[in-house]
Amino acid sequence: MSDQFSLASTTFSSRLIIGTGKYRTYDEMKAAHSASGAEMVTVAVNRVPLDGSAESFLDHLDPKMKILPNTAGCYDAEHAIRTSRLAREALETDWIKLEVIGDPITLLPDNEQTLEAAKVLVKEGFIVLPYFTDDLIMAKKLLDVGCPAVMPLAAPIGSGMGVQNPSNLRIMREQLPDAIIIVDAGVGVPSDAAIAMELGADAILMNTAIAEAGDAAAMATAMKLAVQAGRLGYLSGRMPKRLYASASSPIAGAIK
Amino acid sequence: MSEASIILNGERRDIGVDIDLETLVNELALPAKRLAVELNGTVIRRSDWQSTVVSDGDKLEVVHFVGGG
Repeated sequence: MSDQFSLASTTFSSRLIIGTGKYRTYDEMKAAHSASGAEMVTVAVNRVPLDGSAESFLDHLDPKMKILPNTAGCYDAEHAIRTSRLAREALETDWIKLEVIGDPITLLPDNEQTLEAAKVLVKEGFIVLPYFTDDLIMAKKLLDVGCPAVMPLAAPIGSGMGVQNPSNLRIMREQLPDAIIIVDAGVGVPSDAAIAMELGADAILMNTAIAEAGDAAAMATAMKLAVQAGRLGYLSGRMPKRLYASASSPIAGAIK
Repeated sequence: MSEASIILNGERRDIGVDIDLETLVNELALPAKRLAVELNGTVIRRSDWQSTVVSDGDKLEVVHFVGGG
């Protein structure tokens, strides 16, 4: 199925973007990445341990993968901006998954701080992909300040709860037909991914659903297929929902 | 004064005086690739490490990449 999508002058064949956290082993991560067909993976920026245990995590990634650093762990715009600048220096990439968290229990985004950080980072030439609450007005504001895509949550990070508010995603899709919408966080099972894609998401970013699966590589394959199925379903145009039945077989002519 | 006291990744640490960033990173035995350094809130480009002297009271953040979502 050739149904590519373009983001900031980069073309992707896969609409699945995956994380690199929580895997039990590097081998398992590599197998899952390969099975997923993903072309971009997220990584986190963290203090180097000073006890000599530092190793180069990036060496465990397929060199063909595009690396998207995130600002996970940042609770205000200032820290997210500083983290983005460090990521750019270390990786020589302008791409950043902007994540400003509001509290440690829900890990829900602080949309106000996210917008503040996005404004500064876009001016500094970053390609800002913001994680935010699934809210149309916030999406508009993030696009207005120059984000090339928006990344609404399906459910809290790592919750595996699936799309909690399909109406919000549907409204966002309908009202922002030209925007790139990447559903980020909350997917638990392949059907969640398919639902998000059926609602018109351009891509999905997930981590825990694959990393914490009993068989990560098999789940990665399932997610790849679910994203493809959901996308094809969206493009195909669904039948209308009806309260009552509509016979599939001719009624007239049935024997009496 | 033969030592300078800095805050490195949140921890106080005594280092020699007039040490430049390049030397400091080497002394810490850190993998030098895909690393970034922030000195008092400003990122120091790798090409400037050698010419940047770390002084008493400086706050340094040295980061790398780890698994994340």
